[in-house]
Amino acid sequence: MKGLLPFKVERRAVPSGGMVLLVSLLAIVAALAVAAGLFQAYGVSPVRAYGLIVRGALGSPLGLAETVRRATPLLLCGVGLTIAFRALFWNIGAEGQLLLGAVAATGVGLFSGLPDALLLPAMFLAGFLAGAAWGLVPAILKAKLGLNDVITTLMMNYVAMYLVEWLIHGPWKGTQMRGFAYTDKLPDVARLSFIPGTRTPWLTLALGLALAFVAYILVTRTRQGFEIRVVGENPDAARFAGINQVKTILLVMLVSGGLAGLAGVGEIAGVHGMLRSSGQISMGYGYTAIIVAWLARRNPLAVIATSLFFGVIMAGGDVIKSSLGLPFQLINVFNGLILFFLIGSEVLMRYRVSWSGRRR
Amino acid sequence: MSTAPGAVIVLRGIVKRFPGVVANDGIDLEIRRGEIHCLLGENGAGKTTLMRILYGLYQPDAGEILLDGCRVRISSPRAALAHRIGMVHQHFRLVPTLSVEENIILGLDEGTGPFLNLARTRQKIERLAAEYGLAVDPKAKVWQLSVGQQQRVEILKALYRDAHILIMDEPTSVLTPQEVEQLFSTLRNLVDAGLTIVFITHKLDEVMRVSDRVTVLRQGRVVATLPTSATDKASLARLMVGREVVFRLDKARHEPGKRVLEVADLHTVSDRGLPALRGVSFSVDAGEILGIAGVSGNGQRELVEVLTGLRRATRGKVLLAGKEITNRSPREIAEAGVAHVPEERIRMGTVPNLSLRENLILKGYRYPPFCRSFFLNRRASTENACRAIALYQIVAPSDATPAKLLSGGNIQRLVLARELSGSPCLIVAAHPTYGLDVGATEQVRQILLKERERGAAILLTSEDLEEILSVSDRILVLFGGEAMGTLKAEEADLGEIGLMMAGTRQTEGAA
Amino acid sequence: MGWETWVIATLARTLAYGTPLLLGTLGEIYAERSGVLNLGVEGMMIMGAFSAFAVASTTGNPWLGILAAALVGGAFSLVHAFACITLKANQVVSGLSLTMLGLGLSGVLGRGWEGKPLPVPLGEITVPGLSAIPILGPVLFQGQNLLVYLTLLLVPLLWFVLYRTRTGITIRSVGENPGTADSLGVNVARVRYLCVLVGGMLAGVAGGYLTVAYRPSWTEGMTAGMGWIVIALTIFAFWNPAMGLVGAYLFAALYHLSFRLQPWVAPELLRAMPYAFAILALVLVARGTLHKRMGAPAALGLPYTRGEE
Repeated sequence: MKGLLPFKVERRAVPSGGMVLLVSLLAIVAALAVAAGLFQAYGVSPVRAYGLIVRGALGSPLGLAETVRRATPLLLCGVGLTIAFRALFWNIGAEGQLLLGAVAATGVGLFSGLPDALLLPAMFLAGFLAGAAWGLVPAILKAKLGLNDVITTLMMNYVAMYLVEWLIHGPWKGTQMRGFAYTDKLPDVARLSFIPGTRTPWLTLALGLALAFVAYILVTRTRQGFEIRVVGENPDAARFAGINQVKTILLVMLVSGGLAGLAGVGEIAGVHGMLRSSGQISMGYGYTAIIVAWLARRNPLAVIATSLFFGVIMAGGDVIKSSLGLPFQLINVFNGLILFFLIGSEVLMRYRVSWSGRRR
Repeated sequence: MSTAPGAVIVLRGIVKRFPGVVANDGIDLEIRRGEIHCLLGENGAGKTTLMRILYGLYQPDAGEILLDGCRVRISSPRAALAHRIGMVHQHFRLVPTLSVEENIILGLDEGTGPFLNLARTRQKIERLAAEYGLAVDPKAKVWQLSVGQQQRVEILKALYRDAHILIMDEPTSVLTPQEVEQLFSTLRNLVDAGLTIVFITHKLDEVMRVSDRVTVLRQGRVVATLPTSATDKASLARLMVGREVVFRLDKARHEPGKRVLEVADLHTVSDRGLPALRGVSFSVDAGEILGIAGVSGNGQRELVEVLTGLRRATRGKVLLAGKEITNRSPREIAEAGVAHVPEERIRMGTVPNLSLRENLILKGYRYPPFCRSFFLNRRASTENACRAIALYQIVAPSDATPAKLLSGGNIQRLVLARELSGSPCLIVAAHPTYGLDVGATEQVRQILLKERERGAAILLTSEDLEEILSVSDRILVLFGGEAMGTLKAEEADLGEIGLMMAGTRQTEGAA
Repeated sequence: MGWETWVIATLARTLAYGTPLLLGTLGEIYAERSGVLNLGVEGMMIMGAFSAFAVASTTGNPWLGILAAALVGGAFSLVHAFACITLKANQVVSGLSLTMLGLGLSGVLGRGWEGKPLPVPLGEITVPGLSAIPILGPVLFQGQNLLVYLTLLLVPLLWFVLYRTRTGITIRSVGENPGTADSLGVNVARVRYLCVLVGGMLAGVAGGYLTVAYRPSWTEGMTAGMGWIVIALTIFAFWNPAMGLVGAYLFAALYHLSFRLQPWVAPELLRAMPYAFAILALVLVARGTLHKRMGAPAALGLPYTRGEE
């Protein structure tokens, strides 16, 4: 068996839960180590840098609030992604679904003319539906036409992005706009209240935590969850068992897109108060959520922990920018490294690497 | 031992073992130059394995290969081609989106580096095509060609590489009758031009029509090698399936019960669009096991799929206890009381990453007690799992063990536990003991017999003729998608079965 | 004549902006034709952009910058190839992680290089006789640089290799049906490694072109999603280099015209078109004979293991 390299990669049986955790931690440590090297290259002691990050993100109530603020959309998107990934639907489109939720929320908030009491609930509902609809398109394309889910969800992200750009430069251009484009501010009644003393909305956080539990129960304890898992693990067996795969995929993307849409509502109603350029609404939340869901091994409850972790990292990015003068982009390096080490470690778990020429 | 004059290939004492089975058990074979030599045998006889050794896909554990009197080692298909041996596989090795000429030169190093001289290639292809009567358009894309034409491309591939020995593995299994005729005349052209052909088949008609000599293999050994003119179908059939002793299981006499399954004039189409079932009719009564015998690839799989709702019937009816279930969904058929023990137990019958407990409710999860409104009742499924483990003696660390960690035998026990839990009235068991060890095989057969006693109707397909003979009450033989005949198992004459399996319809007036 | 000047200016800028798109697309076409999905193009492009700028600034030689860009893009792609081909990891995640890495790394390394124009950008070329041809002359032969011409030449070359050489047949078979190719003696892994490498190097050069010729300077994130457009264009081109040329220049033209067409069509909607069109293209060839003629390579995105078919 000629390969290109002097070793072979072969499958191994199931890794234990403890092994999975250990390997995940190793991936994180490896990424931290490489990032430390980068810090060093800039003349900053990694210890000092990490210390600053931890203190800044977790050490003070304000810092913690910032962390949570970043973690909330990651939580919502991440939970949705775990469900999509369970059905083996590669939803790379959380970013676009989030933006659609933001658009819908803004539209309802600014233009619907609904009475005050109904405004926020309507925004949430609209955001969920918009995100769900944006997610359903690739789902239908895959279920009916067999189109690749990665590519369709990815492309939809950019369409969503330009939709936002068009809206804020065009039909929804704010009357008080100066400089960068944005819409009018949402009325106060359409804004989420903050945790006292912070600028972090609590409603979406609570929603995220609750939905994480609901999702967990859905996946592990309900009929639909069972069907989702069977479809994802073995489509042949699903067919054999008479499970309707089309319905399952549609359901999964409805939920996943809807949750990302809720994250978008949170960003509008809670954080920004207006629709802005997509780069400012979502700083890659949709993509980072992929890592969040992956690290959580598709377990919605674990997403609570992993989203918090990445919330720390993102808040840390602000810290190193302001305190150390290092670019925020270091965060992306770190994210990229973690993701890469994660898949590398997964390979180590699932496969055994043996040197060819040695008999087992 | 000197090789006979004209022998171009000599195989001596070839042995090939796989885990659990000896596929080739000391085979001596001699192929003479310029002949069409048929290798005849039923499933598992070892014919494909032997030819794969000749083509370099496998290495023999013992024995030697001589080509034109010289010992050779054929380490890979490339080496085989270097020795001018080509093979046309049963499942073509073609890239559909490339053209004929591109497929033919794929992987070839003609010394011109990356550059092609397509004109020269095309010329050579056209010359070969004309010489051997293999008309094909070199520029056509393979996906545009019919199956018969694709097969011609495969032959051309070998001829282009200067093959003078051509091995063909069940070449007519995918062809229409007209294409079969064309193939046979092509083979005659090839032989007239000096090629030698080894033809693997299980169809007696073809052997008698096309071959010069025939070697019958059975259970890894050569039973006989004869000139075709010196034998006939009946004798060959006997040689093909003959056994020393047929082991019959101890079972109670079958008292005919109510008719459970009635199949009338069933037609369906294979994945490739060719007819797979051509008007099959039969019935199964309660407390009866009907065994479907036949070489695999003659419609058994499609029959099982139609009966369980996984394939559409294009014509005909399937009635379960009088109610029509033709073309209903798998779920409806299962709800009507049909159990399916699938041929591919891991791929279709289980979800490998889910636990034993969850696999056991793969079909029943929608109904109480396993499900109450939205929620799954964990306690009920756990109890169910404990019961199943005890009843069927499933060996597993716990009910939470992922199914993929179970051995083949235990997976089958899992499948049986699940499928038989609802006391089904019809059990469709496809190759239920495939790949199982002796103990598990015995257990599965006993379970089936117990179900039979309970009054279930059982349809059994198997590649193992012995199993069919020993377990069934009645036997139906399928060939080419048609029912060749039915017999009572205890009166079954092996020669008759062999003839049916190889293409001869049962004569009128037989049992 | 004002009209003529406008046409010339637009076409010239289309040619200029379309070049990096075309380079990236050509590379991605090769990678995907061999069956490997490379979502790391954006990361490779921007790292190429930065490397080219850094090297060109320090050495004063823009061509060394281009070389550096190719090497850096190639290095990144080798990592991707190793993960996807040898380790058989998930190709989507590997690509995404490399994009994040590339974006982040270029942002980090590029700090301090911003705002400084490149001292020696890639020279503009004016071909004397040919530039006198009406319209086409000034567009093609005045003020473009060598890389534009090289890219244009690359198209027929890469098309020829893919469709008319033994190498191309090998590549296409590996992307469609690696099992068959393997059984005929083709080294699937090697072919895939090479194609991914080509893709990475071309992506790097595409990025390098931006900082060395198109807008000789460095800004963080200056590729602005060009890598994702490349991925869309690859689909739109139906994995055919000739169609890639059409797609790349068409999009470049639309991009430039988007400002002009503002009164009629919002520029943002125009920019969304390649992505929407890519989806449309996939829908069009989803079924039937079109799928076979023009659809995605059948084995795209699937790791290959012998015997596991």
